[in-house]
Amino acid sequence: MTDPLLTIDGLSIDFTVDGSTSRAVDRASLEVMPGEVVALVGESGSGKSATAMAVLGLLPRTATVAGSIRLRDLELSGLDDEQLRSVRGRRVAMVFQDPQGALNPVFSIGFQLMEAVRQQDPSLDRAGRRARAIELLGQVEIPDPESRLGYYPHQLSGGQCQRVMIAMALASEPELLIADEPTTALDVTVQAEILEVLRRLRDRLSTAILLITHDMGVVADLADRVVVMRRGEIVETNTAVELFERPQADYTRELLAAVPRIGLRPSPTALDPAAPVLEVADLVVDYRSRLRGTFRAVDHVSFTVGPHEIVALVGESGSGKTTVGRCAIGLAPISGGHVRVGGIDVVGASVAERRTMHRTVGVVFQNPAASLNPRYTVEQTVSEPLSVILGVRGRELRERVVGLLESVGLSGDWMSRYAHELSGGQRQRVSIARAVALEPKLLIADEPTSALDVSVQARVLDVFRELQSSLGFACLFISHDLAVVDSLCDRIAVMQRGRLVEYGDREDVLTRPGDDYTRRLVASVPVPDPVLQAQRRQERLAS
Amino acid sequence: MTEALFDTTAPARSGRGMWVRILRRPSVIVPLAALGLLLLIALLPAFFAGLFGNGDPRVCDLSRSIDGPEPGHPFGFDVQGCDVYANVIYGTQSSIAVGVLTTVLSLLVAVVLGTIAGTRGGWADSVISRLTDIFLGFPFLLGAIVVLNSVSERTVFSVSLVLALFSWPLLARLVRSSVRGITGSEYVLAARTMGLSWWRVVTRYILPNALAPVIVVATIMIGSVIVSESTLTYLGIGLESPAISWGLQLASAQSKFQLAPHLLLFPSIFLAVTVLSVIVLGDSLRAALDPRRNT
Repeated sequence: MTDPLLTIDGLSIDFTVDGSTSRAVDRASLEVMPGEVVALVGESGSGKSATAMAVLGLLPRTATVAGSIRLRDLELSGLDDEQLRSVRGRRVAMVFQDPQGALNPVFSIGFQLMEAVRQQDPSLDRAGRRARAIELLGQVEIPDPESRLGYYPHQLSGGQCQRVMIAMALASEPELLIADEPTTALDVTVQAEILEVLRRLRDRLSTAILLITHDMGVVADLADRVVVMRRGEIVETNTAVELFERPQADYTRELLAAVPRIGLRPSPTALDPAAPVLEVADLVVDYRSRLRGTFRAVDHVSFTVGPHEIVALVGESGSGKTTVGRCAIGLAPISGGHVRVGGIDVVGASVAERRTMHRTVGVVFQNPAASLNPRYTVEQTVSEPLSVILGVRGRELRERVVGLLESVGLSGDWMSRYAHELSGGQRQRVSIARAVALEPKLLIADEPTSALDVSVQARVLDVFRELQSSLGFACLFISHDLAVVDSLCDRIAVMQRGRLVEYGDREDVLTRPGDDYTRRLVASVPVPDPVLQAQRRQERLAS
Repeated sequence: MTEALFDTTAPARSGRGMWVRILRRPSVIVPLAALGLLLLIALLPAFFAGLFGNGDPRVCDLSRSIDGPEPGHPFGFDVQGCDVYANVIYGTQSSIAVGVLTTVLSLLVAVVLGTIAGTRGGWADSVISRLTDIFLGFPFLLGAIVVLNSVSERTVFSVSLVLALFSWPLLARLVRSSVRGITGSEYVLAARTMGLSWWRVVTRYILPNALAPVIVVATIMIGSVIVSESTLTYLGIGLESPAISWGLQLASAQSKFQLAPHLLLFPSIFLAVTVLSVIVLGDSLRAALDPRRNT
């Protein structure tokens, strides 16, 4: 048996802020073998990122580190900055979550790559550095690397920026690559490609990878071994196949059960043929800018949402799905076509009609941190539409607010809290309570769970489902996550670059996709099962 | 099964004491105490001026001109033979009045115009933004000289008005950018989709969240306005006698300060302490209210 490349032994990290100390990591121990991919899994706040930062000595000054971190025979904890710098970037490299934010926008990627190469080997001349930069771009499978050297980060897509970041990390031929949520900010099809790049790098260069992620699908796709963290402690360490088949810790089981999967739900009942609540007909949205000309965000899109029906609008970032949702609430400029809410056309609605329309439409936004007024308590947030729009007062108001909050699982003491005192999932449940306060006929939910951890997401989706069946509103559910969509929706509309490429019953779209893009989208969703995922990868490569 | 991952009861709250925590900082307490004292002096000048027995700033004895400090006259006498201490104490009132009045006036204008520009956008935004640019591009001293020379009477109110005329654009820009940022946030979108009126959205959602950085800058502005007032008065275009102010005292000291440094020293100390307290307070408020430091 070979010696481990990285050994973390009894690592504890405490953060001291304003005199109060909180423990982020509690006696964590793990090993990474040469050429191995180890996934560090956990929800936000579990200490997974802090552990990785500790390896490179990148923790803020407020952190106190105890325990031992060894890279082969070199003890890393306790090294000063000078000594750490010889490890950072040379023997251990890091890839961050937001690739566009991690690249310097004012230099070309070629310049930044050559800079990284020079850092590693100052003896190389200009031509040598250039050749090495091209070689690195080739390794991360960027097409036509020579001409791409002169590109600036804003000219590249998020996926390509992430490849450049990986190439820069590889410049020094590190023994260990730490990837902190490398695909979280990317669309699923791009995520699949980046994971493929990482896998082949491991096979070719035998670089060990410490992968930090919250996505069990990504784990199943790439990892050899998995370390599960919760509240700073390691609760389980196992091989990937074992972990998914026979999870040992209760927490791992809960985590796996909370992951939404495609194809677990029976087919829905037949649709209500009554008049649709939302009718989008031939919708066109153009954004005009003097500098860049006209940009068509939505291109002749038509679909309907019937009463009591949940229709999913699926697509990658920039596909125009959010714009369609905003059109329905009158927040986006409609250049052509019609959007009818409860029979009233959004374009040219009178003030009175607009008011009724607002009353029949509720909205839940994506970002739980920004969707509540920070100066309002939970009670004020939920009671405002009731008191201002409906004029409910006094005891009746209070009873209805309590009822609404109970229906989303918040009660009692929570009423007097402010948004910053709530967790992300709780905030999102308050948003849902506020959105359904006026008993809308239509609810527009724009990525309501994409900023949440899986177990929290599962609970919010439960709340959503219960409310939908008890209140019976129609819903336009905008999402990029096909697994979530599958667990919730009746029909699916798939958008790509402003166009509607597929629209039909949930089962048809997901199991028998008619469009090429939909097929690629469905195939790219990682499945939380390493064996199945390997099989799917083979199929994808063969096709 | 996911129930276990959820806290179902609210934990004991600890976030309520933010203002208490801010008030405990020494960089807040010290300037706050100094300002409190100065405010008391401004409100009750007669009481403070009378502490040493010669409380009337207009009782002057020309034979005592520029005499140094002595018992009963701790700061000595000025050129006219008046008690410097009583004059400095009475001067506090007009300096602080100008500072506060100017800031309140420009804050009012800035909030109204900045909010309209920030929420309405379009041509209203263009017009207001160009207007602020024009005022920002105006040389302040030149403008002040022209305007102050054309008003008939230069009192605390008229001087404040002129100073406010030239200091609102900076605040208006700040309000506009702050309001714009908040207007685009999701909770404002949510409020608009609920069908709340523009007025309610602005007063309940946008302004309470947009004003924190503006208030901080306005606090610091009080200090710079007091300095501007003294500068204008020193140049002979600010307050005029019989008004009493630190600027007037500094102006009258300019010819004699080599013989009698106390004429310059005491009004300057009061001026410096006031401005320093205001600026330090503004700065520490800015630090304390910064959300990135209170996670």
